[in-house]
Amino acid sequence: MAKFYGEGLPHCDVQALSGKLLVIEGADASGITSQINAIKSWLENQGYSVIDVGIKRSTLVSEELIEAQKSNTLFHTTMSLFYATDFADQLENKIIPALRSGAVILCDRYIYTLMARDTVRGASPEWLEKIYEFALIPHLVLYLQVEPERLVERYFEKNLRLGYWESGMDLGLAGNVFDSFILYQKKIKEAFLELRKKFPFHIIDGHLSIEEITIEIQKTISPILDSLNP
Amino acid sequence: MTQISHTYPGKLIAVEGLDGSGKSTQIYLLKRWLEMQNMKVFFTQWNSSKIVKAASSKAKKRQLLTPTTFSLIHATDFADRYEQEIAPLLRAGYIVLSDRYVYTAYVRDMTRGCPKKWVKNLYSFAVKPDITFYFDVPLSVSLDRILSGRPELKYFEAGMDMGLSTDIQESFKLFQKRICDHYDTVVSEEGLVRIDATKPIREQQLRVRNYLSKHIELPQFVSQNKEVHYG
Repeated sequence: MAKFYGEGLPHCDVQALSGKLLVIEGADASGITSQINAIKSWLENQGYSVIDVGIKRSTLVSEELIEAQKSNTLFHTTMSLFYATDFADQLENKIIPALRSGAVILCDRYIYTLMARDTVRGASPEWLEKIYEFALIPHLVLYLQVEPERLVERYFEKNLRLGYWESGMDLGLAGNVFDSFILYQKKIKEAFLELRKKFPFHIIDGHLSIEEITIEIQKTISPILDSLNP
Repeated sequence: MTQISHTYPGKLIAVEGLDGSGKSTQIYLLKRWLEMQNMKVFFTQWNSSKIVKAASSKAKKRQLLTPTTFSLIHATDFADRYEQEIAPLLRAGYIVLSDRYVYTAYVRDMTRGCPKKWVKNLYSFAVKPDITFYFDVPLSVSLDRILSGRPELKYFEAGMDMGLSTDIQESFKLFQKRICDHYDTVVSEEGLVRIDATKPIREQQLRVRNYLSKHIELPQFVSQNKEVHYG
């Protein structure tokens, strides 16, 4: 049975949700996508139906959200709420229906990343937690922890340049993108550790090899899947 | 979290009421009065940024919204207007006039089933207005004014998403009845100033102006520039 953090979504019965909601959290370039792909194959190989979701992928506002990021014309509170809208749409139209069908949902980040990004930008944690009371409590939250210095290297392995948002350039932490990236990712990490006091994360050492991490995740997930096999 | 009072040099005046309560006429007349005294006044409308507007009108057209996403997308829209216009102008010492404010969202979202505490928290980033006038009109009067003058109702405006009735006019009536009931609660809880909206327009306006003069040091908002600002 699934549960909401707070009062939840109006008119939504979660009694009959039999699937499992699994979340992998972490910074950009921390290796989440590779792990989601590996775990998805592993689960499908065993016969589980798997749906993967991630932030900024709603049918409702994702295009406009991407547009807003590019043009950088919306302020912090507006962006926070825009992301919350995107998340709510995916929760209602992808996650919950998939849970109802008994699938395993792999989330490439969930409300915690959104809350961490917003608190770093000055939003009140209390305000955010109360907004996200409509979110379902995942069955498992894994946090792939990678030190900012290593993240930069990973980032360069994937992209040629450091992105504006991933480096938190909107915060004016440093005059150059490299220093800004390190400072920003440190703040994000602190925000996650703060969130961890309230929300139980299972921390995974993101410095291990991709294969080692996959095995670690598989071990953690396995007991949760048992209840899907009566 | 709930709304907090502000300490900005400006003043925020909002009007609330059912559709057809005459509040837009009243705030227009208030704006004219303040402008003609050469005051720093700014009137804000619900014209949001193109991006948010594009998202919300697309969503409405496709009828994709649930109570939660309806609430959040409007909150996004409002936040944009708040961060770009309302807050900076209050800091700059303007009298900001707002046709509808967060209370409209409270009643609309509560009517759709969002928890009251959740909605209030959602909008807690916006300061409490210095004065909010509620144009109090019986439901039957408001329905008459709307349904006789402008019969083309939109899907969400008529609350069709709530499944109250398949007839759009009937749905609108039932929806407005619920909005009206929620307004009653919000007006007393939030200390909105009731104005009897069945009275003649000028009488209402004089009450509003009188109330404003008593509660706000208006002379301090007179612009130092000769040119009048028609915001």
